[in-house]
Amino acid sequence: MAGIEIEEAEKELMEAPKYPLTMDEYKKTLKEGKLLGLRCGACGEVTCPPMMVCQRCGSKELEKIEMSGKGELMTLTVINVPPEGFEGPYIVCLVKTAEGPWIPARLDYDISKLTPEVLGKTVELKEGLTLPGDKYSAGERVVPVFKVVE
Amino acid sequence: MRDVAVIGVGHTKFGKSEKGNIELFAEAAIQAMEEAGVGKGDIEALFVGNCLGGMAEGVANIAPFLAWELNLGTIPATRFEGACASATVAFRDAYMWVASGAYDMVLAGGTERTLVMGTPFATRTFAMGSDRFESQTGLTFPGVFAMAAVLYSKVHGIPLDKLREKMAHVSIKNHKHGAINPKAQFYKKYGNLKVEDVLNSPMIAYPLTLLDCCPFSDGGTAAILCSADIARKFTDEPIYVLGTGQASGGPLGRQEDYTKFPARVASARMAFKQAGLSPKDIQVLEAHDCFTIAEIILLECCGFFDWGTAADATEEGQTDIGGVIPTNPSGGLLGKGHPVGATGVSQIYAIVEQLLGKAVKGNQVDPVPEIGMTDNLGGDGATLAHVILGRSRRKK
Repeated sequence: MAGIEIEEAEKELMEAPKYPLTMDEYKKTLKEGKLLGLRCGACGEVTCPPMMVCQRCGSKELEKIEMSGKGELMTLTVINVPPEGFEGPYIVCLVKTAEGPWIPARLDYDISKLTPEVLGKTVELKEGLTLPGDKYSAGERVVPVFKVVE
Repeated sequence: MRDVAVIGVGHTKFGKSEKGNIELFAEAAIQAMEEAGVGKGDIEALFVGNCLGGMAEGVANIAPFLAWELNLGTIPATRFEGACASATVAFRDAYMWVASGAYDMVLAGGTERTLVMGTPFATRTFAMGSDRFESQTGLTFPGVFAMAAVLYSKVHGIPLDKLREKMAHVSIKNHKHGAINPKAQFYKKYGNLKVEDVLNSPMIAYPLTLLDCCPFSDGGTAAILCSADIARKFTDEPIYVLGTGQASGGPLGRQEDYTKFPARVASARMAFKQAGLSPKDIQVLEAHDCFTIAEIILLECCGFFDWGTAADATEEGQTDIGGVIPTNPSGGLLGKGHPVGATGVSQIYAIVEQLLGKAVKGNQVDPVPEIGMTDNLGGDGATLAHVILGRSRRKK
């Protein structure tokens, strides 16, 4: 009879490539205040938020690490007109983490006192903010919130 | 690859419409088919751009229904989705299929209805075009380009208040042209804006005000592409596709300094290379001014100005008619409107009109240009597509 044994097909599925750090796990950990990333075993580059392969060399040898939570504030905006399901105003920013990658986040800062002077400041992770999900968000949202280190 | 020509174009009025995606595309498509004098039996495939049909109308798989709507028979019909670049992606694939010899004639275009969703939900659906970790934060599309303006100010050492004044000139220019384009959403509106009007309009996402942002829009667009060898059977004035480009970018964080969108640079270069042309050969540009800062950034990414200089050039009038590169004489997204999945072929429509000398007085580049280009962006620099069109065939 032509074909392969069912055990062989099961083994092939077991050994198939697996996503190294799912969004689900990333969010669950962030909720506990820990920011996870992936360090490449081939070139040492850190990828965060998670992706399937190393963002410098494409290697699949990725190891989960806890990020330091430190970084530099690269750019920001104040969202006055939020999407449905969010309550404004709030600050969204891009943080260049100490490990290298830029990540999207919220900034905890008094909006009435916000000036461009805040750019380039050192920031650190304050918390993982949990926001309720809706029928288009595939579960609740968890967002890294950074604060400026004085 | 064979040469390909555009032999007919169609474009609905942009703005608020009670018509749906099917009706909007059908109107534009019939207009393009009538202009080309073609119909069932001529058109071998239909490629349509549409992004948010599922969200706005709860409709999926729109393309085959469009083919039957137009009585085109059982021809293959496919929907293309590349966020705001959907229509150019559809047009470019239509071009590829005709250039390859697989089809002699294809109908391409786009359709979108967004205003029915209302601002909060429309804002939400647009943000779905961002990376999944970005949209979690509540980042909006104005927010993406607001952060680009802040980054641009930082990278080039231009104080943000000065940059905002320079950006206002993009809004003034494009609204001036949109105000005299009858197909534009803001026809007869905002034709005489001042810098203060832009700076003082409601703040949407600091530092972008309402007049820094394009509107939500409804509209449909279409074009008939065919092999250049048969084009003159249908029209005395075919417009030739000289080059196309398309490229992909990742999340903003991976792009890092996204005032230099890597996909835009790659896509524009691909189009120039295929056409054997450079930015100095382009005489008119329809480009993705979804926000004022976006036009400044794209002019640099496409090679029309050096990095960090397009804001000054805009303020000096170098991007208006009579300047180095007339940009968005149709009104652009800011003045004409931005029905997401239809926008790319609206840009192509505007360039065809320019090359035929058929734009309205005040928006027509004079003398009539020989070569024009479109620049269409989808998502936060994730999908970029360019088309170069000319009145003469490519030099062999």
